[in-house]
Amino acid sequence: MGTTDTVLLAALGVLAQVFGVLVFTLNSMARVTFSLLASLVCVGGVTAVLGLPYLGVVIVLMMVMEMVIMAVFMIAYMMNPAGLMPMSMLHNKRGALATSGIVFVALVAGIFFVPWPDRTASRPRDTTFQVGRALMAEQMLTMVILGFVLLATMVGATVLATHRGRYDRFGDDLDQRPAQDPAGGGVGR
Amino acid sequence: MVEAGAWWTLLAAPGLLVVLAALAVAGNAVLDARDAGRPVGVAGAVRPFLGVPRALVAQPRRLPAQDRLLWRTGVVTVPVAAVLSTLVVPFGGRVVADPSVGVVWFNAMEVLTWAGLWLAGWGPNAAFSLIGGYRFLAQGLAYELPLMFALISAATGAESLRVGDIAAAQDGLWYAVWMPVAFAAYLAGVLAFSFLGPFAYPAGRDLAGGVLGEVSGADRLLLQAGRWLWLASGAAMAVPLFLGGGAGPGLPSWAWSLVKTLLVLGLLVWVLRRLPVVRADRYVEFAWVVLIPLTIAQALVPALVNLGR
Repeated sequence: MGTTDTVLLAALGVLAQVFGVLVFTLNSMARVTFSLLASLVCVGGVTAVLGLPYLGVVIVLMMVMEMVIMAVFMIAYMMNPAGLMPMSMLHNKRGALATSGIVFVALVAGIFFVPWPDRTASRPRDTTFQVGRALMAEQMLTMVILGFVLLATMVGATVLATHRGRYDRFGDDLDQRPAQDPAGGGVGR
Repeated sequence: MVEAGAWWTLLAAPGLLVVLAALAVAGNAVLDARDAGRPVGVAGAVRPFLGVPRALVAQPRRLPAQDRLLWRTGVVTVPVAAVLSTLVVPFGGRVVADPSVGVVWFNAMEVLTWAGLWLAGWGPNAAFSLIGGYRFLAQGLAYELPLMFALISAATGAESLRVGDIAAAQDGLWYAVWMPVAFAAYLAGVLAFSFLGPFAYPAGRDLAGGVLGEVSGADRLLLQAGRWLWLASGAAMAVPLFLGGGAGPGLPSWAWSLVKTLLVLGLLVWVLRRLPVVRADRYVEFAWVVLIPLTIAQALVPALVNLGR
């Protein structure tokens, strides 16, 4: 790793921390959400600098979409979305401080006490291919099952959350066409 | 192959993008003049640019309890992301950077528009503006997945996420020819992330301008420029992804890139004037019920072709 990469890595790491602290100190829910987004974008940058550009850019891509959608729900459900009154995001301060302190010490100890293996093979030029192989070659079955579980969870959650069923849409004999929907869709089902 | 990393490309790429976006604005203005029965000429073409100096010196609008930081961040994000996206778009045989994940980079920059527009809607503390921001998210949930599958189709065809490789892999047969669904979904996505024409819903006239409702002066200029910069950037990216990049007989590769980009840009400007605005609730259902299955089936085609090779 060259000097530029090291400087970039340190800067992104520090920025990720700073935005992470801001998440808990800002008052506005919109600002909190986008601080968290900025922190995660820095994490994506760290991942890219560490030699995994695919994962790094995908983290940025996914986190932007996810946090913007999350902003909608955060503002819909949280108190004080616009930060017009002071608020605190901290709960269970002593317990949280103890837990995070222990986890931090354990992780730092891990850095120094784990016997890291030396690199035997040469570094691959394009790690994207290696990531793809690692996920899709030996672990193909895992990924396929995981995909189905995620899809089933999403469909199941949507079905549980909606209060309207097919009898509401198509009538008692399921013969009402077009369906009676509160908002008409684009394909006229 | 494309050559990456020359220092002057860092200046040339944004410059070219601005010129292309200005051409699109001028073309749109000429068509406006024709439709309005005014004489078609230079005067009609430069008409939208006459507002630029006025916008630059205009006093920025201030609103009670606005979130100025987030508002400015959002307004600046849209054009900046458009410029950043072109860093991986080859023009002829030249590109600013040709990373191994160029397609994902373009997509990530495009998604930054989601954040930018929502923030631009949230910042001014105004209802119509905020609804405009939410409208873009609803629209985003509809256009993004077909667009991603279109990008994946091209990347699968070339077995690479490097934009230069994708352009080089279309030796002889353009992806637009044997992946027409992906090409169409991509072009629809371009119009959607530049929120123009049928996808102008977030800035709709029925919403007093939506996300553009409260911005004034330089902010308004930046946000409007962002739309056309994104249109130009999307048109430029269509060339290496689906139209064989700078390859072509006779002319040098930069000339072919320019010709193809201008044709795609012209097509987009023509289309965005022909179609009415689509409401997001309608487009979401169309996207999820029709477009996503179609684009997934489209992505299967290059996968099977590559397996059979």
